[in-house]
Amino acid sequence: MQSGTNKDNGGVVKTTLNAGDEPLLEVRGLTKVFGTLKACDSIDLAIGKGEIHALLGENGAGKSTLVKMLFGTLEPVAGEILWKGAPVRIASPSDARRLGIGMVFQHFSLFDALTAAENIALSLEERTPIARIAERARELSRSYGLPLDPSAHVGDLSVGERQRIEIIRCLLQHPDLIILDEPTSVLTPQEAEKLFKTLETLRDEGKSILYISHRLEEVKRLCDRATVLRHGRVVAHCDPRKETAASLARMMVGSEVHAVVRAAPPKDADHSPLLEVAGLSREPSNPFAIPLRDIHLTVHAGEVLGIAGVAGNGQGEFFEAISGEALQDKAGMVRIRGKDAGRLDISGRRLLGAAFVPEERLGHGAAPRMRLSENLLLSRFRTDAKSYLTHIGIIRESTISAATRRIVSDMDVRKSSEDPEASALSGGNLQKFIIGRELDRQPAVMVVNQPTWGVDAGAAAHIRQALIDLARAGSAVLVISQDLDELFEISDAIAVMHDGRLSAPVPVGEATYEKIGLLMGGADASTPPTAAMEAV
Amino acid sequence: MRIELVKRPQHSALFSALSPFIALALTLVAGAIMFALLGKNPVQALYLYFIDPLREVWSLHELAIKAAPLILIGVGLSVCFLSNNWNIGAEGQFIVGAIIGSILPVLFPEFQSWIVLPIMLLLGIVGGAAYGSIPALLKVRFNTNEILTSLMLVYVAQLFLDWLVRGPWRNPEGFNFPQTRSFHEFAILPELLPASGRANWGFAFAIIAAIVLWFLLSKTLKGFEIKVLGQSPRAGRFAGFSNARMVFFAFLVSGGLAGLAGISEVSGAIGHLQPSISPGYGFTAIIVAFLGRLNPLGIVAAGLVLALSYLGGEAAQISLGVSDKVARAFQGMLLFFVLASDTLIHYRIRLVGRQAAPAAEAPHGNA
Repeated sequence: MQSGTNKDNGGVVKTTLNAGDEPLLEVRGLTKVFGTLKACDSIDLAIGKGEIHALLGENGAGKSTLVKMLFGTLEPVAGEILWKGAPVRIASPSDARRLGIGMVFQHFSLFDALTAAENIALSLEERTPIARIAERARELSRSYGLPLDPSAHVGDLSVGERQRIEIIRCLLQHPDLIILDEPTSVLTPQEAEKLFKTLETLRDEGKSILYISHRLEEVKRLCDRATVLRHGRVVAHCDPRKETAASLARMMVGSEVHAVVRAAPPKDADHSPLLEVAGLSREPSNPFAIPLRDIHLTVHAGEVLGIAGVAGNGQGEFFEAISGEALQDKAGMVRIRGKDAGRLDISGRRLLGAAFVPEERLGHGAAPRMRLSENLLLSRFRTDAKSYLTHIGIIRESTISAATRRIVSDMDVRKSSEDPEASALSGGNLQKFIIGRELDRQPAVMVVNQPTWGVDAGAAAHIRQALIDLARAGSAVLVISQDLDELFEISDAIAVMHDGRLSAPVPVGEATYEKIGLLMGGADASTPPTAAMEAV
Repeated sequence: MRIELVKRPQHSALFSALSPFIALALTLVAGAIMFALLGKNPVQALYLYFIDPLREVWSLHELAIKAAPLILIGVGLSVCFLSNNWNIGAEGQFIVGAIIGSILPVLFPEFQSWIVLPIMLLLGIVGGAAYGSIPALLKVRFNTNEILTSLMLVYVAQLFLDWLVRGPWRNPEGFNFPQTRSFHEFAILPELLPASGRANWGFAFAIIAAIVLWFLLSKTLKGFEIKVLGQSPRAGRFAGFSNARMVFFAFLVSGGLAGLAGISEVSGAIGHLQPSISPGYGFTAIIVAFLGRLNPLGIVAAGLVLALSYLGGEAAQISLGVSDKVARAFQGMLLFFVLASDTLIHYRIRLVGRQAAPAAEAPHGNA
């Protein structure tokens, strides 16, 4: 997500782990087995004092299993953890906190209805008056450059601000080691830059950071050392600054990651509008929802339109409106293949040739406790009623199983049994299945929210290529994503959603990270860029 | 030493099948302890309770009579519970089905024809379904909690029946007994095998309903819809299923089947309306549904087991002199153990021995 302009951002203190230094945390032969799967297979890892250590790996490589063992939510079956040279057993997160290990999770655990200070108070074990917590939080936020109002309600805060609460909550416990799980995935480039500054300040104070990410550019920019995991094993310890993004990716995936090929659309191609949104507004359906305001967009045949934006700026509400999970007031607000669809439900819109992939895989795009074949039926029982159902609604299991097998092999979905429950798949594999389920229909209009969120590099490249290929074959593809790299890679034009409004699309040839980043931060196209930078 | 529950990565097929049997075994053990505490010989008591009623053909017929309403209501409730609609008011739907179904023989006793019985059954279904639609409407329209509304409507139905049989519907030739006139011959549900016992067509209805719903749930799109909306409503909405329509569907099906059970019980086993027409079938059926793993075929077996607890309760009352509340105690324990055993499907038990206190040597954080 860091553009080239950030790469040469100097001033970072290089601290390598010398042989004489005692590491802050050392892990030897740490192993965790789930059933027959070795999620972590004798992992060795050492984190020195005052270093930012990257943990790289594809989804399912064992990163989160390893971190969960370090934070006390999982217990290793073999191996040992040494903290400041002494073996320790970390049986629970509170043990980890007592040792001095803090964690900032990818998914925040905050109560929307409480203030920032109240949320922090909930996680502290001792009883401290809220006023004192607020005072300390204010001090920390000043000294680390993490602007935060402790009395603000979390529901009113942006995702970046919520992350700051989590970080301050973690810092309040005076950890020596801070674990950050994919922290920049929800930030604008400008916000991420601020976070990096904070992390560098922490490092300069002698704190250690274990930084989990799959964004290679930012790992190269920020981290002193990296440990690369693949299939539960350590494949390399390296200095990310001496590697290239491609060499890091190769270590993670174990083979060359093919760059996505974005061929120019054929000249004589049909360029008719397939998805049109005109004057779409939506009242918030609950106190924490974002209202949509007068959104206009058109996606033509053969085109990939990207929608950038920081999470929580109305993307979810927009997706629900386009998909028909929420209906519009006027039929003309959403048109699919030239037909008014605003009053049609999601099945009606699918029948017009549209396909949808929501952001949440488990519980929205797929029912967790249902098998893959049942999850295929989930989104296609209407469009494929003729082949999947008899005329009285009896399910044809053999046809569906065959289709499931076809999708699994087309998308290279890795699974442990013939037809497992959706929740048994790793995030990336389930996403490949869900995308494949829709691609299999050859939809004329494809709307995807966060196509590769939390998906490993290999699978992400596969998914992106599939979306481009679909567009080049004459479909209209709308991709909502918070990953700017992704949008620049696959889109023909990028629009930005901020506070429920959508900017005019910027053709990708004219778009820069800075321009899009400013729009993501809420800058109006007319506002001078410097003023907007202050506001971020 | 402590006991921990560890989440399984996938639910255990073994314990899904085993759980009801574990629950039954634990219930028997707890029951034996209960009888011992009451000063009865536990072995003899359990024999009288659970084995003795199965030794005679006529008492097997009694078992079928008791099981029929439990199965009918239980399979209907399985649709509700699978779709995440907590209908606790089947007892009320049973009663209203019985009342509406009894309109013809009570208010129009002169109208005697073979068509009376089918109309009664139909009206019973309609009555139960209509009564079930009240909590459904309240849930969809006002987002009320269906557990509370459906439960409260049970007491409304019970008191309404009580008022009817003591007031407007009281048998004018009944010497002021609080009951309606007895049903004429065309309003009586025939017996299945009159030669050997009293079991009536209600049991056949129950088996048919179980088979139909089993097919619906396991083979059809409707069954898929029920399960998706129950397990993950958001995925159901994404699929294009309507949760509001499912709420009505579930309550109408379970209310209708409870109503059919009600009119079958009144026209088959009792023959008139009286202040109390059910020993809590609508509530016991909740246990039946869960003991049967919400699978209609499992519910047939579970219905027979719970029916046995009613028969055993009567037998124990007579021969041991224990209170008929013992049957309720058994049913309560059974539900308790079923729900507890179900934990094993998603969790496994781990015994954690005492180990060195974690991180004892590490300095304490100074938070």
